[in-house]
Amino acid sequence: MPPTTRSDISLRVNGETHVLTVDNRTTLLDALRENLGLTGTKKGCDHGQCGACTVLADGRRAVSCLQLAVAAEGSDITTIEGIADGEDLHPVQEAFLELDGYQCGYCTPGQICSAVAVIKEHAAGWPSAATADVRPDAEPVPLDAAEIRERMSGNLCRCGAYTAIVRAVARASDETKVTA
Amino acid sequence: MTDLTESISAPPVGVVGTSHVRLEGREKVTGAARYAADVPFEGLAHGSLVLATVARGRITSIGVDDVLAMPGVLGVIHHGNAPRLNPEAGLLGTGDATLQLLQDDRVPHVGRPVALVVAETAEQARAGADALVVTYEEEEADLVFSADHPGSYTPAAAPEKHKGDVDAELAAAPVVVDQRYTTPQEHHSAMEPHASMARWADGRLEVVDSNQGSFLVSYVLSVLFRLDPGVVRVRAEHVGGGFGSKGIGPQLILAVMATTELKRPVRVALTRRQVFATTGMRAATDQRVRLGADSTGRLRAIDHDTATHTSTIHEFVEFPGEVTNALYAADAIRIRTSLVKVNLPTPTWMRAPGCAPGSFALESAMDELAEAVGVDPVELRLRNEPEVGPISGLPFTSRNLVGCLTEGARRFGWADRDPRPGVRREGRWLLGTGMAAGIYGAGSLPSTAAITAHPDGTFTVGIGAADIGTGARTALVLVAADALEVPTSAIRIDIADSDLGQAWFAGGSRGTSSWTWAITAAATDLREKLADIAHIPADGITGRADTAPLIGALEQRENHAHGAQFAEVAVDPSSGEVRVRRMLGIFAAGRIINPLTTRSQLIGGMTMGISMALHEEGLRDAQFGGQVNGDLAGYHVSAHADIPAIEADWVPDYDPSNPSGVKGVGEVAIVGTAAAVANAVWHATGTRQRSLPISLERILTTTNA
Amino acid sequence: MKEFAYSRATGVEEAVSLLAGGSEARFLGGGTNLVDLMKSGVEAPDLLVDVRGLPLGGVEVTADGGLVIGATTTNSDLAVHPEVRRRFPALSQAVLAGASGQLRNVATVGGNLLQRTRCGYFADTSRPCNKRVPGSGCPAIEGEHHNHAILGWSDHCVATNPSDMGVALAAFDAVVSYETVDGPGELPLAEFYPAVGDTPHVETALPAGALITAVTLPAAPVAARSRYRKVRERASYAFATGSLAAALDVRDGVVHEVRIAFGAVASRPWRARAAELSLTGAPATAESFAAAADAELAAAKPLAHNGYKIPLLRNLVVSVLTELAEEAAR
Repeated sequence: MPPTTRSDISLRVNGETHVLTVDNRTTLLDALRENLGLTGTKKGCDHGQCGACTVLADGRRAVSCLQLAVAAEGSDITTIEGIADGEDLHPVQEAFLELDGYQCGYCTPGQICSAVAVIKEHAAGWPSAATADVRPDAEPVPLDAAEIRERMSGNLCRCGAYTAIVRAVARASDETKVTA
Repeated sequence: MTDLTESISAPPVGVVGTSHVRLEGREKVTGAARYAADVPFEGLAHGSLVLATVARGRITSIGVDDVLAMPGVLGVIHHGNAPRLNPEAGLLGTGDATLQLLQDDRVPHVGRPVALVVAETAEQARAGADALVVTYEEEEADLVFSADHPGSYTPAAAPEKHKGDVDAELAAAPVVVDQRYTTPQEHHSAMEPHASMARWADGRLEVVDSNQGSFLVSYVLSVLFRLDPGVVRVRAEHVGGGFGSKGIGPQLILAVMATTELKRPVRVALTRRQVFATTGMRAATDQRVRLGADSTGRLRAIDHDTATHTSTIHEFVEFPGEVTNALYAADAIRIRTSLVKVNLPTPTWMRAPGCAPGSFALESAMDELAEAVGVDPVELRLRNEPEVGPISGLPFTSRNLVGCLTEGARRFGWADRDPRPGVRREGRWLLGTGMAAGIYGAGSLPSTAAITAHPDGTFTVGIGAADIGTGARTALVLVAADALEVPTSAIRIDIADSDLGQAWFAGGSRGTSSWTWAITAAATDLREKLADIAHIPADGITGRADTAPLIGALEQRENHAHGAQFAEVAVDPSSGEVRVRRMLGIFAAGRIINPLTTRSQLIGGMTMGISMALHEEGLRDAQFGGQVNGDLAGYHVSAHADIPAIEADWVPDYDPSNPSGVKGVGEVAIVGTAAAVANAVWHATGTRQRSLPISLERILTTTNA
Repeated sequence: MKEFAYSRATGVEEAVSLLAGGSEARFLGGGTNLVDLMKSGVEAPDLLVDVRGLPLGGVEVTADGGLVIGATTTNSDLAVHPEVRRRFPALSQAVLAGASGQLRNVATVGGNLLQRTRCGYFADTSRPCNKRVPGSGCPAIEGEHHNHAILGWSDHCVATNPSDMGVALAAFDAVVSYETVDGPGELPLAEFYPAVGDTPHVETALPAGALITAVTLPAAPVAARSRYRKVRERASYAFATGSLAAALDVRDGVVHEVRIAFGAVASRPWRARAAELSLTGAPATAESFAAAADAELAAAKPLAHNGYKIPLLRNLVVSVLTELAEEAAR
């Protein structure tokens, strides 16, 4: 008997566990969109070259297009649909909405998931390619515009909303600090 | 930052002119907004394209049987079994052979769709498409465009246009700038790849699509498939960017073919590589600009000569000379275009067609003229401000380029600029500033709209508009609210559905002007009807408008939006890196309806302009014709890290030819950006960059470290 | 994409034996390169053995002050690790300069070492490519090659290795550990990537079926003052056009020890030993740095459209070493 090319898996997404059978070829992105109906996560390139499919996996941002669904079993996935607290928007979503941090909106779910993680990564002391001195005893860097731009660079936006997105991430970052 | 807009605008009477967040904003930030590939359908099948791999030739066989035997495969559509299409169909009313997919065995260029594999799942369809063996008889292909190509000709669509004797003025002018500027093939690269779902239901062809104008798409689709126009319904509620690329995409034509043949709802979503290969691009241009001026910089002659390319199957003309049409006064002006047909995909409109590449050439040449005559670049432009259309002699509807230039110069701090190039250094970076002016056509096109008053005091606006990220949905509600004198909360709007009737598409920077006119006219009609009745019946009272006669009665005018852009760049001559440090654009673009989204759109255009200046270049292999960088890792569009704090603002302007005073902003914002950056690079380094993009390689090979 | 079976390995031994059972089997780490290439049809395995869950993650400091980096450590965990940042800052910088945050969180160190070229012809299965289909030809030599190799290429292939991390690892004498069904083994990075020659499809010296388990960096005090500089066609989220990892120890104005490696110029991370040799014992001046770069780049053979990489690399050497020397003097 040839080895099976399909798998029964359970995926934990936005706090809910889903049991499904997937073609091993199905990516996490397609499983979210086609099997679970969570179409907020977008397919912009399907090759890790645009960031539109960014989700949080175990709290860390990750492209979902290059991850196989079968390999994602065991991860705790949060998609754009799970970022808000019920009807209450996350501070990042609120800032994108009010500061017009988007135009067509297609890259927006990925930008927002990424931004939520960027704020956490920065708070955890992660350096970036914009950080002049990466040594651990160097002065911590503020999450200024240059840091936000570098850290958000994996999320392309063709409408050119970058300027407003950077402002939105900065505002949400300040608010997150205040409310945390 | 001083906010000029708030300080100089007259206080708004209603809601037009005040900032409003997008109506669909919450859906967009929560992932609830559904784009074409997001809408679920019962029994949906998936189609995957197969593209020609040869540069030119004939299909000799298609290995259909092997693929039909693969798991889940439902069918293979190809030239042997595809429905026959009407060759007269085209977006502009004349036949466009680019749409004639799978009609014969000819391969006019690499990347031409040759089959569609349809299967139960997307993975199965893709595997089938990958496995489909197509054999070809290859023919010699003509793949390289050049200005001196022996096949070049003057297209009827872009005949020579001139006034005065350019050759005599150039010969007599004491100062002449004569340079060549080149721009490469560029790709729209909207973040949402083209996707369509088509199905037959209740005798109608229902389409969920990603497009810039559902009515036009439905109409052309009906012509293409020889259907009654009323049979076709196309919707595109949310569209992930278009920039000119989302007319009738190959995925739509093939989805309709597949659903017609297989009697199943079929979704076809292009891969990113297929978007690059099949949805058109901005053609490359090779432009020669000659400016003749007197010693004060007053222009005696502008000669703008463009060579560009199209495919062998359809004549699309990229027309950079457009920018020279009405930007500056000169004693003599001549605009010429030559076209070459090569075995490459048909180019198409891309954000500010003509003017975006044209302004790179003209506005770079103006900077060279400023240097040659020793006049400040802003002042040079002020000295050549026309009173009337420089060629046409027609009056302008309104024109406030002078305001853009002077206000832009003031806010940018231009007055303090040392004109000498190559003298500012900060560490490894050379610093410079540059500017350019911009222009893009404005106007309104016929559209219909309907507004229904409901008994509960609310209203429903229906118009076949499209919101591809422009904020149109929100702007139209603001205009309707003012026209009806009700709060925005009383208005619901339906757009992007061909059943709403004829309306102009989101293109040519003419969407908002066209749609707002129809809405204000429908509001007038509704208010007249409401004046005659005591109460509103349960099914409401509807006012309607069709602006065609009103627009037909307009007098001919020069109608354009204008802008001036200022850039500061840093150039590291040792690595070739160029960074834009700040950028300011001041625009005169008619009345601004929603400052929040307008500013975003202007900044977005400038952002794409920076991308055009520094990164974008579609690279093709000279042997195979295929794009070597046809993905988002190879074709670079600006990322977050490339874009500084950009400011955009506006000066007073009002287009009296439409009731809302609107001109479009989507395109003028990219006109001049690349030249402003290139001029700043010259100011930083002392070396002119006359070819886009201004890549590492170009800096390294032309600039002394 | 072809159908394939999937198996999640629970131990290293199990992983290598599972792989040995498949005719076209591959280990799956983060998948950021493999799944990408499977979608393009470049890779078509019939079995994936998922090794991401193996207990091979983490960074340990060795007794002598070097590091052992587990093969499934993600790029992010490597880059942000305090001991990496303290002892080998150029390695942290190199990893942070690669890809994007959402890719670095997924990509693994082992996978990065096996990352394949970004040559456009390699990725396009409708075109010839000696790396993908041996003997089919190399259209890049006459075609589009502005970001191809200037060093160490052959008439069979001019592709570059795209890794940033690998450049820093090359500078710091990394050693790759692996496991096979026949037992463990080790390869110094200098021997890990064979010369292109007439076998561009042979990309590593790993035995068939070997699973990378760890990368060891021997102690290198010089690395505490090190830097990675990457130049690319946009400011972030792009593969390198040219890059440089360098470490410098200057004593009394004289170069005591130096490490230099180039990225995006060859089929492998390019350790610039001729440059290091030229500089060791020389005065730490811009002139010596330039002479060292010239010593290395003398071997460069530019193609028709990538000659600009020679001045680029030369300038990078001078610029980065000058910065490091100034830093040391402060």
